[in-house]
Amino acid sequence: MKKTILVAMLVLGLVATTGADGTVLLNAAGATFPYPIYSKWFDVYHSAHSNVQINYQSIGSGGGIRQLQAGTVDFGASDGPMTDEQLSQSKVKILHFPTVLGAVVPTYNIPGVSGELNFTQQAIAGIYLGKITKWNDPEIVKANSGVKLPNDDIVVVHRSDGSGTSYIFTDFLSKVSPEWKSKVGTNTSVNWPVGLGGKGNEGVTGLVKQTPDAIGYIELIYAVQNNIPFGKVQNAAGKFLKADLAGVTAAAAGAAKDMPADFRVSITNAPGATAYPISSFTWLLIPAQIPDANKRAAIKDFLAWMLKDGQNYNEALSYAKLPAPVVAKEQKAIALIQ
Amino acid sequence: MSQMVEDMRLRWRKALNIVMLTLTGVAAFAVVAVLFLILGYLIYNGGKSLNWDFFTKLPKPVGETGGGMANAIVGSLKLLFLAAIIGLPIGLMTGVYLAEFGGKTFSFITRYTTDLLNGVPSIVIGIFAYALVVLPVKHFSTLAGGVALAIMVIPITVRSTEEFLRAIPGSMREGAMALGASKWRTIATVILPAASGGIMTGMLLSLARVAGETAPLLFTAFSNRYWSNGWQQPIASLPVMIYTYAIAPYDDWHRQAWAAGLVLLGLVLVANLGCRLILNRRGAYRSV
Amino acid sequence: MATSATTMDNAAPPESGLRAFVHKLRNGDEVAHIITLIFAATILLITSLLVYELWINSSLSRSKFGLMFFFTRVWDPVSGDFGALPFIYGTLVTAVVSLAIAVPLGLAAAIFLAELAPRRLSDAIAFLIDLLAAVPSVIYGLLGIFIVVPLMRTTIGPLLKHTLGFLPLFSGPNYGVGFLTAGIVLAIMVVPFIISVSREVLLTVPREQREAAQGLGATRWESTWQVVVPWARTGIMGSVFLALARALGETMAVTMVIGNDPKIATSLFAPGYTIAAVIANEFTEATGNLYLNALIELGLVLFLMTFILNGLARLLIVATERGGGRPA
Repeated sequence: MKKTILVAMLVLGLVATTGADGTVLLNAAGATFPYPIYSKWFDVYHSAHSNVQINYQSIGSGGGIRQLQAGTVDFGASDGPMTDEQLSQSKVKILHFPTVLGAVVPTYNIPGVSGELNFTQQAIAGIYLGKITKWNDPEIVKANSGVKLPNDDIVVVHRSDGSGTSYIFTDFLSKVSPEWKSKVGTNTSVNWPVGLGGKGNEGVTGLVKQTPDAIGYIELIYAVQNNIPFGKVQNAAGKFLKADLAGVTAAAAGAAKDMPADFRVSITNAPGATAYPISSFTWLLIPAQIPDANKRAAIKDFLAWMLKDGQNYNEALSYAKLPAPVVAKEQKAIALIQ
Repeated sequence: MSQMVEDMRLRWRKALNIVMLTLTGVAAFAVVAVLFLILGYLIYNGGKSLNWDFFTKLPKPVGETGGGMANAIVGSLKLLFLAAIIGLPIGLMTGVYLAEFGGKTFSFITRYTTDLLNGVPSIVIGIFAYALVVLPVKHFSTLAGGVALAIMVIPITVRSTEEFLRAIPGSMREGAMALGASKWRTIATVILPAASGGIMTGMLLSLARVAGETAPLLFTAFSNRYWSNGWQQPIASLPVMIYTYAIAPYDDWHRQAWAAGLVLLGLVLVANLGCRLILNRRGAYRSV
Repeated sequence: MATSATTMDNAAPPESGLRAFVHKLRNGDEVAHIITLIFAATILLITSLLVYELWINSSLSRSKFGLMFFFTRVWDPVSGDFGALPFIYGTLVTAVVSLAIAVPLGLAAAIFLAELAPRRLSDAIAFLIDLLAAVPSVIYGLLGIFIVVPLMRTTIGPLLKHTLGFLPLFSGPNYGVGFLTAGIVLAIMVVPFIISVSREVLLTVPREQREAAQGLGATRWESTWQVVVPWARTGIMGSVFLALARALGETMAVTMVIGNDPKIATSLFAPGYTIAAVIANEFTEATGNLYLNALIELGLVLFLMTFILNGLARLLIVATERGGGRPA
């Protein structure tokens, strides 16, 4: 019986070595943040083009960049744009294509406080720098008149794993706080001055939920999908905004005018009264040269589809659509892929 | 006078006897309670989301019901198969060497190295297999995943094989030799069968352990939303699916993650039962 | 006068190298010896290759930090300043805590299952315990978050503070996550190895040993603790090695419950970080060669720690070798 099983498996393995003819199999890797929408897109695209299989795995933005440079995947995805240094190290020229927009929101768990809190930019920076240590600090109180904040120590929670969400959040902090910029900086992983590290959005959420007086930052889609209450953040124009898709798209629209040709831009703390300050693009990283004709055609076709039909799936999954001027620029940029 | 002391000592020893034996019972009970808690939690959360689709369909993107993990189930089986045929023979033979043939220094070095290998974090083994099998050919593959898991299977197998071979009393060896059997014949026909129960326990334990490993597969087998053909393509596996789904924002995926955990456990259970039935053993060589 | 063909050829001249080797091969035992030796050597090859890869891929960080890597407390990916000390500390503490819980518990349970429980029950329970080893570490992590962390925060923590709070070990704020929680989760993960292997080894102890002890008037416990367990000592130590190895290298479950804060603290309630956890957390996102090299160097450091710990443990075995046990 055991022998039969062994033989059967060997035969299965040998027989199954030939792939289906005409199938274009693309492997891609990168950011976890857009994984839900990407998996939706690739699935819908596959239904319409049954010979194209795009296998995307969310191993992290850094992983995506590295695998792309090593040549083990056909394209990558990242929540933070590649730096000049990384681009110069790459043997192949890499093009950035923004796909969707997302936002980061502050969530908290304060005994006795049930409403939405307003956070000034200095309040968030101060809390995460470890300088504001109590909930009834004047910086927090002054934006929340009428709310009884306790004299408790703030328990700060951040991400322990390197992530695009941290990148966006620290990018925002670097822009609003020179002290943060010089002391800590922007990256997917930083040397956090204070706080506990939770793994992934659910790690942070779990810690915040279970620990009184805690504050953490999570992705908007995660908060919406799991009904997690979150607060308002003050934007560059001084308004306190609760994150929503309109606010995120407004942040991107403000940046669209000065969009660089390679689409590498940060839109945190964007100007505009309706712009949500902790927003960001996420990008697909496509090699400028793709030798395989089938793969090249498939990727270019997918990008064109993504910019038109694909965007219609965004909002149902709580991702914001790309603003029209950006879409137009990207459609032209597809021609750059040789 | 000394009679009283004797009595007191005896009573103390008897009391100690009862206390300690009870404590062992308590310990066993505590462990079993935790075990049932874990299994219960898993069954409850996983059972809720288990349906026929789970076993037959491919994953669906979030928001659509009816997806499954059929490819991940097959993937885990294929990977475990590779891990077994590469890792178990190495482990078994090394165990035999250490127990029966080993010279003093070389044995010491081998044992030490095996323990070292056992302590390497699974993600480092994954990185190693990546450098060895993925980079040279520039693509992820089932083979790479199998190699990574095989490396993790070896140390536990070595240790348990050696321990249970050593447990066979010298009288059995001497008996066989007295009948004229050469050393290797003794090992093959007398010692190994006698120790097979314990050795098998070790092998199953090592396979069970790697069945749930995620980190070594992330850079080797990668994962796959579709069916994987042959041994050279990326392949889905239950632990990686669990990991991906568990950290996602969606409740539906969380439930699927629990279901996958339950299925994984079920696979290991079936493998355990199957092997024991086939080999018809009921444990290591026992003297009682 | 040698007429029998089975006597040794001390009259014939010694054969030259190759001929001697081929002659040996006709001897089945030698063949078996060589084959098994080759397999054993494979393990050495794999491990050497592993260390080589780790060494090569951490060259940037090794040349930049040198020995100070072991003593620096900072871990800053932005400024490029990396040090291993908090992670070494965290790895040691969690491993020690987990073994301190798992070894007594596991050994006691194994004794119960091997000596006292009826055979059927013992087999059934052992079978189920083997299953625990197959539970993916992600699931242990989730269970840690949902069950152990709240328990620690609401029940266990306050209890410990109430009774032992004067010790620096149990001082400071209790968030629920931390060294102690990670140690407990690890203990649950490694206890199946200890129970499974120890139980099997205890069952191999010859019946005569127990009977002899009891014949001399020993109580059941005395014969178990002073005769049976020492006889199975090396096997039990082996299971502890397995457990230690798993505790040192565990990634997913630990990172979910330890708080992931690279700081050194005396309190077990404080959050910490282990080598395996930080590699698992940051490896996929690490861009930049120095960062990557530093993470791989941490892997090398863990290897070194395992090397030393194993050495110490073996010395411990040798030191306790005298005093009865199964003849090696």
